[in-house]
Amino acid sequence: MEKVHNVYSDEKIYKKLLEDKNVTVDDALDNEMIINMGPQHPATHGVLRIVLRLDGETVLKAVPELGYLHRGYEKMAEDMSFIEFIPHTDRLDYTATLCNNVAYVLAVEKLAGIEAPKRAQWIRMIVAELARIAAHMVAIGTFAMDVGAVTMVMWTFRERERIQEIFDRLAGARFTTSYTRIGGVAADLDEVTIKMIKDFLDSFEPVLKDMDNLVLHNRIFIERLEGIGILSKQDAISLGITGPNLRASGVEYDVRRANPYLFYSEVDFKIPIYAEGDSLARYFVRGDEVRESVKILYQCLDKIPKGEIMANDPKKVLPHKTEIYSRMEELIHDFMLVNFGINPPVGDSFFSAENPKGELGFYIVSNGEGNPWKMKIRSPSFCNLQAISKLCEGAMISDVIAIIGSLDPVMGEADK
Amino acid sequence: MGLEAKLTQDGFITTTIDAVVAWARKSSVWPMPMGISCCAIEMIAAADPKYDIARFGSEVMRFTPRQCDLMIVAGTVTYKMAQVVRRIYDQMPEPKWVIAMGACTSSGGMYRSYSVVQGIDQFLPVDVYAAGCPPRPENLLNALITIQEKIGKTRARDFQDIIQPKIEIANN
Amino acid sequence: MEVKELIINKVKENIGEANIEFVDAIGDFSIIVKKEKLFELAKFLKESPELEFVMCKDVTAIDWATRKKRFSTVYHVYSFKLNFTLRVKTNLVVEPYKVESVASIWESANWYERETFDMYGIEFVNHPDLRRMYMPEGFEYYPLRKDFPVMGIPGSLPLPQKPE
Repeated sequence: MEKVHNVYSDEKIYKKLLEDKNVTVDDALDNEMIINMGPQHPATHGVLRIVLRLDGETVLKAVPELGYLHRGYEKMAEDMSFIEFIPHTDRLDYTATLCNNVAYVLAVEKLAGIEAPKRAQWIRMIVAELARIAAHMVAIGTFAMDVGAVTMVMWTFRERERIQEIFDRLAGARFTTSYTRIGGVAADLDEVTIKMIKDFLDSFEPVLKDMDNLVLHNRIFIERLEGIGILSKQDAISLGITGPNLRASGVEYDVRRANPYLFYSEVDFKIPIYAEGDSLARYFVRGDEVRESVKILYQCLDKIPKGEIMANDPKKVLPHKTEIYSRMEELIHDFMLVNFGINPPVGDSFFSAENPKGELGFYIVSNGEGNPWKMKIRSPSFCNLQAISKLCEGAMISDVIAIIGSLDPVMGEADK
Repeated sequence: MGLEAKLTQDGFITTTIDAVVAWARKSSVWPMPMGISCCAIEMIAAADPKYDIARFGSEVMRFTPRQCDLMIVAGTVTYKMAQVVRRIYDQMPEPKWVIAMGACTSSGGMYRSYSVVQGIDQFLPVDVYAAGCPPRPENLLNALITIQEKIGKTRARDFQDIIQPKIEIANN
Repeated sequence: MEVKELIINKVKENIGEANIEFVDAIGDFSIIVKKEKLFELAKFLKESPELEFVMCKDVTAIDWATRKKRFSTVYHVYSFKLNFTLRVKTNLVVEPYKVESVASIWESANWYERETFDMYGIEFVNHPDLRRMYMPEGFEYYPLRKDFPVMGIPGSLPLPQKPE
């Protein structure tokens, strides 16, 4: 066990925790104590670990420790082709798989200079917004569960299941979809799926109202969140917070508006902002964002044009399966693309998209070969987590749960 | 029900203590949800109204290992996390069972990289592997039923030579 | 175009033309700066009233695996005022690979630099809390360097023993 102890030592965490205090043997910690929270904890949304130094119930210092789910994505990406990496993007922010798929293929398309057909881009918008609703359902549900409203998670997961049924039909998988392709999408949106989406949207609005009624008339819920974990506008910007957490602090920044990709410039939606910056505001922003997504979805379903779903660029875009089996040319192209990759030009590009958690960016460096020379994933949860130690200082220990829940990190993407 | 008919007729049932204990154990397996990554969401989905794990007597998800007899390891286990998983397993009371949920847990799955343990059976005794990445909730329920069958066949003598594990506490 | 010209002019004026190079490719605009001038440039980008690059979105590094140019560090900064994402690059040529930390300018760079240190072993001078981000503290290697194998070094990360 000697070696185990060495490699996985926590020494530096404790050093950081006690950096502003001289601990002597006689008076080890006065009345203070150290509590370890996670990585296995019901309220840390996965495997986040926070080491807290407490004085009674007040948190004096919090040191988050990450890496319990570090899977080495960036290293693996250097070892596989651009097409091969699509399934891996599912598992980044696993509550909104399709948003990641869309962001990743858009990043590769920007680098390689491919443009997907219009219909494919509208479909991408539809699935990304559906995934946003699904992700916020998990966020709201688990957040409410963490602060005591267990019924909420049942209700939100019921709605999420309905979205997953749509994905199941559209992509062939309910959870890890891998639906987008470089230059298009894998399957077309048919009438039955459109009807499923419409049915879902029609019945979703009243359910949202019910959910709000359930928790917002609950004094415990309000009192546990209101004024807890206030993140000022200044801090939010300098800490690099993005997404709903930034908008809850009063900054009107949404990549869909600031730097429109797909056809977000053609649909009408509001960016919900709250000035308070506390946990309750972060709850409200998510609720409002879901309503905006519903609005975007209705517009998308109206505006979606007919046409192709894959770009006509045989050197870079995978041909359709039926063509591979029947034509020689397509077979050769498929073989070349799968084995040697799409060979984008030498250079680097950064693309970011608005994910449910914030701004997901891909920085890809290509040296002209089939696999990326380097791929950096700028994950929103990672940046949002940086706020935890600041928000927790001075809070009560029960507030720590509310703060983590309101920041809504997903460790798959924070740890990469 | 068959039981009431028997009881009103004779007032007693002949069976073995072993069978009764195994029946009781298998009908209320309390899982310890070791939710690590993607599979954890599907595990919650299995507990939600649509799939309803309560039908199989396992809705009592306890986040403290000391009250559980089944550990569902749901998600990629990295080397850093392996120490934690093992320590939580050691804290569970005997007898205990383990479901390795999903490809990553069973074999490393799609993560052939420096930080991912290529299968948790390198440091844990696994009873049931659930395939899929992640497995659908139905598949998790199937794994649970398989575990229940396995528990139903246990007898007291199976646990005779259980050695209580030594929990090593790191002195840091 | 206006925004790029503004940045070019302002930066040239304040940092000196000899120390910087501008690249505009694949839809992104980047500044390549000499290592010694990085901190100065970062401070200028944030504090200049015309530019106001107040948010640091990302810090990472690239391992070029050549002897002439081993590492580049890459910073992505964003300005709400100009609605523009700018990339700043600097090359680290000689060992030991050290660069001035920008965590005192952009608070968010704190964790990004820790991550870069963890993955590449690049030391950020004057960083407030330079620890490993993801890997365990006792780990001896830097995983994203090109000479590190994907499957890792056997035995470098021990597993607990399997119970009987």
